[in-house]
Amino acid sequence: MPKPAIEIKNVTKIFQGHTGHPVTALDHVSLTIEDNEFFTLLGPSGCGKTTLLRLIAGFEYPTQGEIVLFGDSIRGLPPQQRPVNTVFQHYALFPHMTVAENVGFPLKMQGQRPDEMTRTAARMLDLVKMADFGDRMPDQLSGGQQQRVALARALAPQPKVLLLDEPLSALDLKLRQEMRVELKNLQRQTGITFVFVTHDQVEALTMSDRIAVMSMGRLQQEGTPIAIYEQPVNRFVADFIGETNFIQSTIAGIENSGARCTIGPGTTLGTGATADKGKGDAVTLAIRPEKIRLVKSDGAADGLQGRVAECIYTGTDTNYQVELENSDVRLVVRGRNAITGETLFKVGETVVLNVAEGAARILAD
Amino acid sequence: MRLLQSTQMRRVLGLGPALGIIGFFMVVPIAIIIVFSFMKSNPYGGVNPEFSLEAYKQFLFERNLMDELVFNAAYLRIFGRSFLLAIGTTALCLLIGFPTAYYMSRQPARRKNLMVFLVTIPFWTNLLIRAYCWILLLRDTGIINNYLIKWGIIDEPLTMLYTNFAIFLGLVYTHIPFMVLPIYARVEKLDFNLLEAAHDLYASRQQLMRHVILPLAAPGIIAGSLLVFVPCLGDFIIPNLLGGGKHLMIGSLIQLQFGGSRNWPFGSAAALILMSFVLIAMMIYVWGPGRKMKPEGDA
Repeated sequence: MPKPAIEIKNVTKIFQGHTGHPVTALDHVSLTIEDNEFFTLLGPSGCGKTTLLRLIAGFEYPTQGEIVLFGDSIRGLPPQQRPVNTVFQHYALFPHMTVAENVGFPLKMQGQRPDEMTRTAARMLDLVKMADFGDRMPDQLSGGQQQRVALARALAPQPKVLLLDEPLSALDLKLRQEMRVELKNLQRQTGITFVFVTHDQVEALTMSDRIAVMSMGRLQQEGTPIAIYEQPVNRFVADFIGETNFIQSTIAGIENSGARCTIGPGTTLGTGATADKGKGDAVTLAIRPEKIRLVKSDGAADGLQGRVAECIYTGTDTNYQVELENSDVRLVVRGRNAITGETLFKVGETVVLNVAEGAARILAD
Repeated sequence: MRLLQSTQMRRVLGLGPALGIIGFFMVVPIAIIIVFSFMKSNPYGGVNPEFSLEAYKQFLFERNLMDELVFNAAYLRIFGRSFLLAIGTTALCLLIGFPTAYYMSRQPARRKNLMVFLVTIPFWTNLLIRAYCWILLLRDTGIINNYLIKWGIIDEPLTMLYTNFAIFLGLVYTHIPFMVLPIYARVEKLDFNLLEAAHDLYASRQQLMRHVILPLAAPGIIAGSLLVFVPCLGDFIIPNLLGGGKHLMIGSLIQLQFGGSRNWPFGSAAALILMSFVLIAMMIYVWGPGRKMKPEGDA
């Protein structure tokens, strides 16, 4: 059984705020990051994800709890003694050194021989496709190029863990998409554990092996991208990642595989597992817009009936706002557009909503 | 074309006042001094309008009884002493000023501004008055000696006033803000992320200082050193008041030539020689940072 790369054990971090009131940035967070994993800390700004990264790097120390790196506690170790390197949000390249000197810097600090250092720096620059830029100064590079140099510099000393603090947020969209693929490839090539901090759910879903969703200094959910997307444990996770319809309802009855919930007079919806709720309990249901299929109403079809209130064209899809019959619930439904590019339904049309089995989830709020 | 001319015209007009002030208050006096330095002195003050290299000869030679030129190192020694004192003052100002400026720059914004304000307080009082205060502090019956005797640390008063030590102390005291402020302006802009990045990339505190902070603070250090070194070299108030005029400095020497000695050409020549040294120092400053930005082979 290989040792996990990082174990965060019940870590709390309290800062002294400007006004003298203590601010809790992390509240009893426990996490395990496996070796050779692309792990993402995801959450809105101020959720504590960057603080957690800084605790791992050693820029801050936990108020309570402990961080264990490959089985060894790193309590009290300063950053220069941790086999962990950081790629900073704004790259933090040394402006008075060339690209090659920047990449060679950690090696020089570790006392490597100059010829060995030059070779390693060249290899690293090659790895990030910047081999021809060694003699440039950082201010002669574009944002994307600086990003690559920062990566090469952080990877050069072969850290056991690479920490990435929103490294793509300063790049434009095209470059960002390109770098996502490259980062993922780089992680596979080097076999180094990546801990990636982002507030961008798409980044998290596309790159990660596992994701930890954080909010208000607390860990909300930890799991694979699919698990996080398909089985969000609470309203925050469901809302933060992807689009979700939330419906307030009460449980009308328990069935063998789930529950039946009332969402309007005489209108019910079958749901997935009920957690620990029983008949008559008020619950919040979550349904993803793409899990509902619209069918033209021929009057006789059973299922949920509704009327299209609004169409928003988004290219491949159209988002329909559908008002349910016998209910004041409005659902967003995503439907593929026809091959010819037309939207399949018009405003005012009556439709039937087919909700897939288990698509509606009862949230453990 | 017309537009270009008009912008050029406006540029000239805009620069006009500044050029006028510099031209009148700098170029004209320097031209006068250059002219004076090549004339003969008038024992009643002023100059006799005759061409002569006497002033420059006097700098290195003196005439003996037979009216022959003999090498005389007295003035060179004065220059040498002034240089040593100016270099020493600059070094001590840097030694005290850099940590001070660095410490100031790492404070929260409000504390920072307060500290910059405190550094500028000495400028509010005239230099002469501050120099006399040092006399009150340093003299044999001064505050420092009185307390040292009262507390039984010494029996006899220490002679501090009118020594090289007093000059040195006075020069460091008056010039240290000129070292602190440019360095502060530089390190205050230092990206804190760079310091974290250096630590993260295995730099110890000493390595961080040597490889990151000092190179990035270099322009401020050079500017501060010049701002201390150049005025120190020509200073005469502090050497006169705290040194008692016993040890001549370049500044005092020049002042003396225009005053008591009534040798304006020699005073002008000494001032020009001093200025040429200062110009050399300035050129090092102008070319220095350019060289610094290029990659170093091995640092």
